[in-house]
Amino acid sequence: MVNLCFYFQVHQPNRLKKYSYFQIGRDHFYEDDEKNRAIMEKVAQKCYLPTNRLMLRLIERYQGAFKISYSISGVCIDQMKKFSQETLDSFKQLADTGCVELIDETYNHSLSFLYSPEEFKRQVLAHNELIQQEFGLTPTTFRNTELIYNNDVALAVEKLGYKTILAEGADHVLDWRSPNFVYQPQTCNKLKLLLKNYKLSDDIAFRFSNKGWESYPLTAEKFANWVHAINGSGETINLFMDYETFGEHQWEDSGIFNFLEHLPEWILKNPDFQFATPAEVSASHSPVAKLNVPDFVSWADIERDLSAWRGNHLQDDALDAVYQLENRVMETENWDLIRTWRSLQTSDHFYYMCTKWFADGDVHKYFNPYSSPYDAYINYQNVLADFETTLDR
Amino acid sequence: MKVLMYGWEFPPHISGGLGVACHGLTKALSSHQHQISFVLPKLKPMNGESSHVQLIDVGRFPVYTSNLSPKEFVVRQIERISKNIDIHAISSPLSPYLTEEQYQEELLRLARLESSEVPNAFRETSHNISLTGEYGPNLMSEVVRYASVAGSIAMRVEHDVIHVHDWLTMLAGVEAKRISGKPLVIHAHALEFDRSGDNINQAVYDIERFGFHQADAIIAVSHMTRNVIIQRYGVSPEKVHVVHNAVAKDAYPGKNGYQKASKEKVVLFLGRITFQKGPDYFVEAAAKVLARNSNVRFVMAGSGDMAPKMIERIAELRLGRKFHFTGFLKGAEVEQMYKESDLYVMPSVSEPFGISPLEAMRYDVPVIISKTSGVAEVLDSALKVDFWDTDELADKILAVLDHEPLRRELIDRGSQELKKIQWENAAEHIGQIYQAIA
Repeated sequence: MVNLCFYFQVHQPNRLKKYSYFQIGRDHFYEDDEKNRAIMEKVAQKCYLPTNRLMLRLIERYQGAFKISYSISGVCIDQMKKFSQETLDSFKQLADTGCVELIDETYNHSLSFLYSPEEFKRQVLAHNELIQQEFGLTPTTFRNTELIYNNDVALAVEKLGYKTILAEGADHVLDWRSPNFVYQPQTCNKLKLLLKNYKLSDDIAFRFSNKGWESYPLTAEKFANWVHAINGSGETINLFMDYETFGEHQWEDSGIFNFLEHLPEWILKNPDFQFATPAEVSASHSPVAKLNVPDFVSWADIERDLSAWRGNHLQDDALDAVYQLENRVMETENWDLIRTWRSLQTSDHFYYMCTKWFADGDVHKYFNPYSSPYDAYINYQNVLADFETTLDR
Repeated sequence: MKVLMYGWEFPPHISGGLGVACHGLTKALSSHQHQISFVLPKLKPMNGESSHVQLIDVGRFPVYTSNLSPKEFVVRQIERISKNIDIHAISSPLSPYLTEEQYQEELLRLARLESSEVPNAFRETSHNISLTGEYGPNLMSEVVRYASVAGSIAMRVEHDVIHVHDWLTMLAGVEAKRISGKPLVIHAHALEFDRSGDNINQAVYDIERFGFHQADAIIAVSHMTRNVIIQRYGVSPEKVHVVHNAVAKDAYPGKNGYQKASKEKVVLFLGRITFQKGPDYFVEAAAKVLARNSNVRFVMAGSGDMAPKMIERIAELRLGRKFHFTGFLKGAEVEQMYKESDLYVMPSVSEPFGISPLEAMRYDVPVIISKTSGVAEVLDSALKVDFWDTDELADKILAVLDHEPLRRELIDRGSQELKKIQWENAAEHIGQIYQAIA
């Protein structure tokens, strides 16, 4: 049997409000509630609610044969509680079907692994607790923010007791190898590694509505044929993507929902294929080989590395600054301060400061509430300066 | 005396020191019984509130028609003026007094214009010509159009002397003098060399040189500026007088019980973030100060073409938590910024006068100023540095922050000194210059 393994990333950052120098020392609320609410409501209407309804229908229609998995960041769950309880409820409904696996990540969708192993661990545990509390499920699969991965991440995650970890199947990691098998991280003895098939994943996530693409328009039948062509040369085809692909990145009028609705039918026409969650794939397969990944990889941009968040001085300075506060924040044992500090760690804040304008710059711009990376940096540092003043009191 | 003044900006719609200086100066002149008619390219609604001068909008003034159509008249005038001077439309943002918004707008406009022609100068057919009074790629054509109606204004507005400010209005002054035959005073607040270093815009320099040679008297805002006028424009020294800028008599708000938010000491740079203001020296000095005393915050207020470079440098030095950028500040924000500050630094490479340290002192903020500034000629209660010597600048910043008696001394003596640097004194001097040539 060949598995088709879907994992969707669900995340919304807490965007900061415009925060001027004159607010430092006077205004200790940093989030742009209005914008965060508006975006959550918009994405809920365009993506989360209709896609969840469709997923539920498919799960019911195929009576256990259609399975998917999600990682929902803690900040995003918090936002749903605040702005769209209906969305959170619809995810709970999906989780209750038994056909949905929930995956752990850092609560704050942060880069904490790169700066503080201790803080990383705390955020992973916090996310794990949140998923238990909200969904009654205990994740055994882990994905780090933006699929940031190397041998050290794997080792730390194995020590935390996870059985499976997800990563990008980047060319420079795989070399001649195929992403369609289960691997084991070089540093681990138990943890299994599932790698994203970026070609097939990006056909849906990025190229689906591109009219200049030779395979446009992409139909469920055509895609299923590509998947079926792997028969005999793979065990699992891992399709990892942002959940916002459905209805938000690819608009409804592109036919994306129609594609999704008919995909299971075409995939299952070949009896050698089935849907499975990451935990199921991991449990039913032994690793074919160990994979050595000393350098960091991620699923971002064409470089598939850390340069989207750590590519210039603005980003390095802001990241250094926020993590330098760790001891002072933790010593306060003040839950409000700790929570605020963590919300300032969300990777998006640093993504907004990216100055790579070519190729991927378009993507950066689309997701950027600031008119320039300089504005993003100035605003962030003003906020951080005020946050620091609150630590002294 | 009746003074016909040609200017380019006037409060509250100003973008730099020129408008502030024109306002302070005219107010003092009118208190010395001079009657001033102030010509502007375009009046903004708020300009009407100034009571001490009669403001004249070029756009609302009928052009001199005689037996020519207005358009023919303007074309003829421009041809005639252009004979004296080689003028081309310039497609770069002229930056003498650009605000943030204008700067952004200009960049956008330039991007759109890139390959197309600069719009022609004679678009109107009515009896009036319309000017925007803004700075930008059309500035040169506006300058010439402004000058083309200057004579018609000079014919209708009674005056004993013509007084113009900077190169923007020099052609207008020459034209007014040709029509009325009254003496011309050119007030030099800044020269092309101050704005552009040695990479001057030849057309602007030519206008300045032409104007200076036609003038009956020249007022320089500092000895430094006077020397440049004499040496680089070939003007005879006896014609060039120094009248330093000043502050208004009644304007001494102090801190007035203001509670600043930062518990750290705040060191301020406020001005355009451009080469001639020396922002890079401020940044390097800040790094040296913060290496020795982390209980300080630095603020760079303003905008300009060097801002991105400064932000990147601060990030590279890992100082973002201690060094802040506010962007361009307006009216009340400027006031608040001074009140938030414990020290003001003006590290200008080239500053014909530099009125902002005096502004800072009005709010009890001690100042460190570049030796290459006009204001350094009149101010004793300030620390003075070579702009390039960032070690010395850092030392002086630390000294003021660490030694309360020094800070106190600079503030107390500064407030005494401010009382002497009054527009009234400047107006008296200017009155004598008028007398000598009228």
